Amino acid sequence: MNYELRVNPIACNGYGACAELLPEIIELDPWGYPILLSASVPRSLADHAKRAVAACPTLALIIYKAQ
Amino acid sequence: MTELALVTDRSPGLRLPRLLAGISYYSVAGLRDHEQQYGPLPLWGTSGRRRPGRLLDIVDASGLTGRGGAGFPTGRKMRSVLSGPGSAVVVANGAEGEPASCKDRLLLTRLPHLVLDGITLAAHAVGAREAYLCIHGQETDLLDALDDAVAQRRAAGLDPVPIQVTGIPGRYVASEQSSIVGYLNGGPAKPTFSPPRPHQRGVHGRPTLVNNVETLAHLALIARFGDRWFRRIGLPSAPGSTLVTVSGAVARPGVYEIEMGTPAGQVVMLAGGPAERPAALLVGGYFGAWLPAGAAWPVPMCHAALKAAGGAMGAGMVIVLPVSSCGLAETARVVRYLADENAGQCGPCMFGLPALADAMADLAYHGGRRRALERVASLAGLVAGRGACRHPDGAVQLVRSALRAFGADARRHEHRGPCPGVTRAPLLPVPSDADWDWA
Repeated sequence: MNYELRVNPIACNGYGACAELLPEIIELDPWGYPILLSASVPRSLADHAKRAVAACPTLALIIYKAQ
Repeated sequence: MTELALVTDRSPGLRLPRLLAGISYYSVAGLRDHEQQYGPLPLWGTSGRRRPGRLLDIVDASGLTGRGGAGFPTGRKMRSVLSGPGSAVVVANGAEGEPASCKDRLLLTRLPHLVLDGITLAAHAVGAREAYLCIHGQETDLLDALDDAVAQRRAAGLDPVPIQVTGIPGRYVASEQSSIVGYLNGGPAKPTFSPPRPHQRGVHGRPTLVNNVETLAHLALIARFGDRWFRRIGLPSAPGSTLVTVSGAVARPGVYEIEMGTPAGQVVMLAGGPAERPAALLVGGYFGAWLPAGAAWPVPMCHAALKAAGGAMGAGMVIVLPVSSCGLAETARVVRYLADENAGQCGPCMFGLPALADAMADLAYHGGRRRALERVASLAGLVAGRGACRHPDGAVQLVRSALRAFGADARRHEHRGPCPGVTRAPLLPVPSDADWDWA
């Protein structure tokens, strides 16, 4: 199963939990908002990605199965 | 600012003007003038040659694309709305957010029935039971005039689907289609996260067709004269005519109707030619791009050609920048305006656009202090593609095109300070309606 990530920029308040839990894919910009280095999640990071999604206080990080 | 040819011949074989054929210098086209000019609204029933599917086929065959900026094929948009669940809603977008555009306003003030015909036809094509015509709420005179026009048509039994004229906030991003839908649903006029897109779930949760008013006006003519008539002018890949607003350093600024694919330089000549030696053209409005005058002159006005030239067609604005103006200062002012117009929703746009505006101002006015040129480039990369709507992307496209078109000038500003052009009176219009609310 291949997963992809997306940020809902309206919901995101820049808490930064995602970048803590998934630094391999998510960086923070100078204002603390996430930058996805790639949308697709390598299989080895799938569990970490799901944890980051679950940790977002505003439910702004979205994971979905790649088409 | 409009300058228009007075033409009263109604022959459908006439090349141009088409949309503007019914315009008069002296008066608004009433319902009777309108019917005299273009003939009655063809009655579309439910069967035979007048069934909705037939109208859709004609729209597809015409090759009509959206005239609001994105240039999406109108027939395809209608079909995706039609395939959604339940009855649809039609929204005519006449809330012209671009400060340098006034073609939609011209249509609505002078040829309202062409637009209203188009709404009725679109509602028929997608099986809508509700239709809205949205304009800026500050334009109370226009709201009243359109209400009268709608009432006149209702009395004549013309519009089976009632059309509701609605004022929306006059902010730059309020006319983005998801903003309009959000506002009609009782929320603020701000872009929403997608999916769902309006054609999937829009006004009242229904599949919603949002079309620019000029697109609908073309539809009113295509339904009368046919797809082959429509394709008789323009390019095979971009058929028909389109309205453009020409301004800046030209002899006769105004709204003109051109064939799709007319070279940008010819559009400038249509507006009386440059009033001063031109340095660059801003094509496509504030989400468009600067092109050096020499390079822009032969570029055909259509989405594909302008995109290939590093620009954008947008809603068809052409602004001529004279050599005596400073393109960087003009851009800095517009980016400040776009930054002020951010909806305050997405962090990268909320913080990134003001920072980008600061860096542009440092480059244009303050001799490139704190390595402004470098900051502009890196902020542009940081902001692009990170909003829920295309607002940050549009601002970045404008900035990047300025650095390309005025590259030598940017390096001079960075190292030696502002050029004499920064003291010239501003050319690009920037409204100051910051006190106008969102809701």
